[in-house]
Amino acid sequence: MTRFSRTAGRSLARALAFAALAALVPPLPAFAHDDCDPVRDVRPAQLAQGPGHAGHGAAHPATAPATGLSLSPAWTRATPPGAKVAGGYLTIENKGAAPDRLIGGSVEAAGAFEVHEMAMEGGVMKMRALDKGLAIPAGGKVELKPGGFHLMFLDLKRPIAAGESVKGELVFEKAGKVPVEFKAAAIGARGPDAGHQHH
Amino acid sequence: MSQPTPAPNKALRLIRWTAWGLIALLSAVTLYVVMDGDDKKGAAIGGPFTLTAMTGETRDVGKAERGKPYAVFFGFTQCPDVCPTAMFEMGQLLKKLGDKAADFRVYFISVDPERDTADQLKLYLSAFDPRLIGMTGTPEQIAAVARQHRAFYRKVPTPSGYTMDHTATVYLFDRKGGFVSTLDPNEADGPKIAKMERLLAR
Repeated sequence: MTRFSRTAGRSLARALAFAALAALVPPLPAFAHDDCDPVRDVRPAQLAQGPGHAGHGAAHPATAPATGLSLSPAWTRATPPGAKVAGGYLTIENKGAAPDRLIGGSVEAAGAFEVHEMAMEGGVMKMRALDKGLAIPAGGKVELKPGGFHLMFLDLKRPIAAGESVKGELVFEKAGKVPVEFKAAAIGARGPDAGHQHH
Repeated sequence: MSQPTPAPNKALRLIRWTAWGLIALLSAVTLYVVMDGDDKKGAAIGGPFTLTAMTGETRDVGKAERGKPYAVFFGFTQCPDVCPTAMFEMGQLLKKLGDKAADFRVYFISVDPERDTADQLKLYLSAFDPRLIGMTGTPEQIAAVARQHRAFYRKVPTPSGYTMDHTATVYLFDRKGGFVSTLDPNEADGPKIAKMERLLAR
């Protein structure tokens, strides 16, 4: 009887301790990324060989000559009135043999441009400018997307409207300047296509 | 027929009683914490606060929302991703809930009162559902309301100025003003709607 109650007591205590802990621990944010694969990777149309600056660069799948960088269609979001910032997103693939680094860029609609990293930690949104840029490893692929790495357009000179294209360029350490056009999806869009939005 | 010495027995009994005492204490504490979920915790997180609404008037949210469920979000208008997305999704959610949420208010409390004036909040939130109400105040007022909600925020320098780290969950309060739960930015629509339905039915 004594033994029984002692064991029972012990397991009861354990259960209570667990219950107490469970009640005290704050709910963890769910890290569900249910986006329907917002970034399509685009094969380089024609990979220019040699040192010559081939192509006019304005075509959609922008290809940095000679380096093997390939960019997916870039996108941004429409901005609410009064907003001074917007995010830019795309996937950068490096098919070359040497690593490269995204070190900056510009867009016509914004006074400043930064490469950022964002993370949710325990329900807190944290954002940092990447001082040294974003490494694009040889043979690797880096996705810039909502909630993660992104381009930050600051000091917007005008609001960005859904459907418009914002012209700009990315600057890589080795590949240099690569023109890019950010297609604006709606406010709150999860991906580049307007169809991703749930109305 | 030697009697067992009473000493170890007494010691055992003492240990047993102490153990039971501890268990009783622990269960009382547990019960308190668990029961608390609904009432006392509500008093601990959130509660009435007064700030400047985007319309320019001072709003006592405890008074304005008496008898109604409501939500609170901490953000800022120079936020590229989380804030506009959260506000957009909150608006969509309210639309999906229909008439039940006709009176529901979501308070967007700026953690960047330096840049977010009432006018700036009004302009910014005009892109979203009219049930979203921008709130600002002095840095001290904002700090007090954030503390009340156990929300975190911090200014972070960037090459061209600064940005804000901040708690990005939506806090839900029931019609008694008690904290019920949160909506997470990464949560799918289904659970969000279910939580809102439960909140509105409470």
